[in-house]
Amino acid sequence: MMSDATSIPMGNAAAPEAPWTQPYRGTVGMACLILAESAIFIIFIVAYIFYIGKSLNGPTPAQVLETPYFGTVCLLSSSITVHFAVAALRRARTSSCTMWLAGTVLLGAIFLGTTAQEWYRLIVKEGLTIQTNLFGTTYYSLVGLHASHVIVGLIMLSLTLAFSIFGRVNEHHAEKLEVLSLYWHFVDAVWVVVFTVVYVVGK
Amino acid sequence: MSTTQAVKGLDETPVAQRSHRSTGFLREWLTTADHKKIGLMYITYALVFLVIAGFEAILMRIQLWVPNNHFVSPQVFNRLFTMHGTTMVFFVGMPILFGWGNYLVPLMIGARDMAFPRLNAFSFWISAFAGVLLYFSYIGGSGLYAAGSAPDVGWFAYAPLTARVFSPGHSTDYWTLALLLSGVGSIGTALNIVTTILCMRCPGMKLSRMPLLAWLYLVMNGLVFVTVSPLTAAQIMLTLDRYLGSHFFDTQAGGSAVLWMHFFWIFGHPEVYVLVLPAFAFVNEIVPVFSRKAIFGYPAMVAASVGIGFISLSVWAHHMFTVGLGPAGNTFFVFATMVISVPTGIKIFNWLATIWGGRVIFATPMIFCVGFLFQFLVAGLTGIMLAAAPFDWQLGNSYFVVAHFHYVLVGAILFALFAAFYYWYPKITGRMMSETLGKWHFILFLVGFHLTFDFMHIPGLLGMPRRIYTYEAGRGWEGWNIIVGIGAFFQAAGTLVFVYNMLRSYKTGKAAGPDPWDAWTLEWSTTSPPPEYNFAVTPTVHSRRPLWDLKHPEDLDSDYE
Repeated sequence: MMSDATSIPMGNAAAPEAPWTQPYRGTVGMACLILAESAIFIIFIVAYIFYIGKSLNGPTPAQVLETPYFGTVCLLSSSITVHFAVAALRRARTSSCTMWLAGTVLLGAIFLGTTAQEWYRLIVKEGLTIQTNLFGTTYYSLVGLHASHVIVGLIMLSLTLAFSIFGRVNEHHAEKLEVLSLYWHFVDAVWVVVFTVVYVVGK
Repeated sequence: MSTTQAVKGLDETPVAQRSHRSTGFLREWLTTADHKKIGLMYITYALVFLVIAGFEAILMRIQLWVPNNHFVSPQVFNRLFTMHGTTMVFFVGMPILFGWGNYLVPLMIGARDMAFPRLNAFSFWISAFAGVLLYFSYIGGSGLYAAGSAPDVGWFAYAPLTARVFSPGHSTDYWTLALLLSGVGSIGTALNIVTTILCMRCPGMKLSRMPLLAWLYLVMNGLVFVTVSPLTAAQIMLTLDRYLGSHFFDTQAGGSAVLWMHFFWIFGHPEVYVLVLPAFAFVNEIVPVFSRKAIFGYPAMVAASVGIGFISLSVWAHHMFTVGLGPAGNTFFVFATMVISVPTGIKIFNWLATIWGGRVIFATPMIFCVGFLFQFLVAGLTGIMLAAAPFDWQLGNSYFVVAHFHYVLVGAILFALFAAFYYWYPKITGRMMSETLGKWHFILFLVGFHLTFDFMHIPGLLGMPRRIYTYEAGRGWEGWNIIVGIGAFFQAAGTLVFVYNMLRSYKTGKAAGPDPWDAWTLEWSTTSPPPEYNFAVTPTVHSRRPLWDLKHPEDLDSDYE
């Protein structure tokens, strides 16, 4: 028994065997969040696929859906711009980083605008709401879940952009900006799946 | 490295006078981001709910004591089993295990705090709020006017019972929102624990040297992401159904009630492993110390834990054999469920091999672990019986199933938790718990457990369905239900002894010192209770048992790695 000691500090005696490096906690934390979010999206996607063609009444996807090519191109491009923003910040080119961030926010906002436009057309012109049928239920919830993730991403990117404009972002923040860019890449990757399921498989 | 030098090199860092001392005890706990305080708050909060949900169980046993009983109304009985199940899983099981993880993981891997201390506090408070929200349903909404009151849809809330037409009022909404919030808290804490384990280990603590407790918490919390998230998604769908009039689970509009079952059990079964893996974790730490041997088969234990994590994701539909999945589905889920008993069996053999030939010390933590070993084995055996689809068709939805899963949850998980309390209480408070009272607790609880849950199998075999509020005389169930009820009171008495022991030992227990059990993991190298910064000097480790190395420099563990 070692009850005479109040504490046993260790590590003064011997040096660690090799340089001790562990992954950056921001990256690991974001990876965990992405894993959890993926599980949520998978459940919504499974529900969408399960209910394809099971609606008891119209309208059907083929009748009312228009493939949003322009918005998709904008969103996928914003993944490239945010990558360049991180790369610029790593090389301490802060003004270039600000430009790329602004581009990312703009492209994301355009995507959100095209989604809003589509929803407006579907609700007002086609009369399709979340209550209409199973297609409406699954379509609005899946696309809406993705859009809400785009909104969260845009809020974070806009805040970063604001800090960047006021010169508060420098190369020491590159690792943190990369964590944010991981989230944004995830939102884009999810859109690829949602696009395939809703506008290719489900139409 | 000489032992005496290391032991004498005491932690002499002066403890800084905390600036907010004057503003009081309450503020200190409300605003803390210290992993130990948050862990203790998690545990305390879970213990309060344990007593509440245990009381609900006692009320149900009184109602079922004799046939045609009118102790509570059918409506109240429905609320009781719903609240008992929901509370035990989400507001006892999850928080108490997260609490222990919070307290122990940073100490055992030589870290000063969690990776994200503020997220930690946020996760705790949001979970705590969820529990309050669930119980507010008794008075909130339209509860007081008797139109709603507490949720009564069962803990798995099968559709279409949860639809607005069949569950008017707000009781189901309280259930949904409470689970949604507790899910957010669970994912936050799980993210924190995984990140802490992967990024905050002290120098030398490779993954292959991590205590098994940390490994099991890594697997458990990895599982939380893919387990709790589907439930969160399903709760969002249910809320959309109830508030925006969507049709996910609306059978009138072509929606599917079976889809809810799939979504719920995709959460529900891995959840069992989320709860049981930490129980394995405690046993992994306690059994070697009281057998005076290193754990047998460390790599096999890690592999089995990871294996359980993966296989547990493919067994959910064994809760749905009675739905009629068709031969292909049945065969797959029977097979997957049987396969999961292989890594579990590996674990049991490794624990037995650890005890085998050891100088076993039967202190209270160890006897609870022995109880765990035996009862977990029996629970596994009835699990294999229920995994066979034809057997399940006969006994699904009967008290046999209730007895089986309570054997896991009480006989295995709760026994391991009690062992953990007796083992780490000296570290948390600096005082030992009373061994005499501990043994009384063990005997009372063991007798009560076996009276209740051994004999609960029998009315199940005789055809007594679960969730019935009363039954006719002359079906052969009467005597068994009385024995089951008596056992419940023994368990309640044992729990009261345990609570009394904890409270009394806090004042009068004998001083523990830093290392009362002569253990080998890092948490025992700091003072009891540990200072806010855990370790004055970040430790460096060279083997799986750093304290063994320190106490036995002539026979270093690291020589055998």
